[in-house]
Amino acid sequence: MAEEIKVDGTVDITDVVCPVTFVKAKVALEELDDGQVLAIHMNDGEPAQNVPRSMKDEGHQILKLKDNGDGTYDLFVRKAEEQS
Amino acid sequence: MAAIDYATLKKGGFMRQKQKGYFSLRLGVVGGQVTAEQLAAVTDVASTYGHGYIHLTSRQGIEIPFINIKDIDAVKEALAKGGIAPGVCGPRVRTVTACQGNEVCPNACIDSEAIAKELSDRYFGRELPHKFKFGVTGCQNNCLKAEENDLGIKGGVEVSWVEEKCISCGVCEKACRTGAISTQDGKIRIERERCNNCGRCAYSCPADAYDTEEGYFVYFGGLFGNTISQGTEIVPFIKDKETLFRVCDAALNFFNEYAKPGERFKFTLDRVGVDALKEKIMEAVAY
Repeated sequence: MAEEIKVDGTVDITDVVCPVTFVKAKVALEELDDGQVLAIHMNDGEPAQNVPRSMKDEGHQILKLKDNGDGTYDLFVRKAEEQS
Repeated sequence: MAAIDYATLKKGGFMRQKQKGYFSLRLGVVGGQVTAEQLAAVTDVASTYGHGYIHLTSRQGIEIPFINIKDIDAVKEALAKGGIAPGVCGPRVRTVTACQGNEVCPNACIDSEAIAKELSDRYFGRELPHKFKFGVTGCQNNCLKAEENDLGIKGGVEVSWVEEKCISCGVCEKACRTGAISTQDGKIRIERERCNNCGRCAYSCPADAYDTEEGYFVYFGGLFGNTISQGTEIVPFIKDKETLFRVCDAALNFFNEYAKPGERFKFTLDRVGVDALKEKIMEAVAY
């Protein structure tokens, strides 16, 4: 994916552990409007393995999981409409 | 009063207690599922005839302790009204255990409860040289410990990548716990020898770019009592239910034919040789 993804907000979840990783990312996503994109900065390992799926299961759209090459990843997520 | 036929009582799930004249009544439960109606009947029997409590067994069953011999018929009748019957003990096919499966669990690859129900309908209580336990677990997480059973079933999926749907996001590569997925020039490569069929790639994929085909791993001769031994996998991943049941039939027939009375499946396999079973199992697969 050559083109840059336009990001509307960022959150760093490298300072917390599961399950707070997901909670912190979710709270950050709450701040955005539907359709906006959040970049979630996370550690390799459990967060990179599990947070993408948790976001998918919440109905949000995963765009990219970028390997930063330094033991961290950035997950780009487009916020879905509120599901009633 | 007529002499008590303990063997018949045991067969019918009445387990003799230390206390003279009392039995712990084992109930017939499949895959750990008990309806509210059944629970109400169990509560009624435990309060009226037992000591007001139940015991949850290690294999997802319910026992009602302290049932007096004289109350057996009344207890059976009360349970029948609630749609629950006594279970079994002794040398026969025992309670079939299962995890909740993919009807409920997001990780499960198969409908474990449905498989357990079918196994139970087909085999529960069948007379054999010794006890025989079936267990069904939905995925590699193995919540139900498939390999502890005489015949254990573990669900899996065979995945295939659908290139045109893929958005090259990189999630699957990371979700894979066995390092089986790599990306080269925008194409996904799956190393089949590394893949453990857990399905995490497919379940985490945001673009549904994986097709999945359900299937079963089968383990034979596990036991976890006086001797502890893990069931062995002698047949490749089975992809349809008909074959699975033919394999189960073949295993039970083999056990029935070759086991000595009171000999668990593992020891029959040790004595007769796993290859002899493998031959029968592969015949069932090729059928």
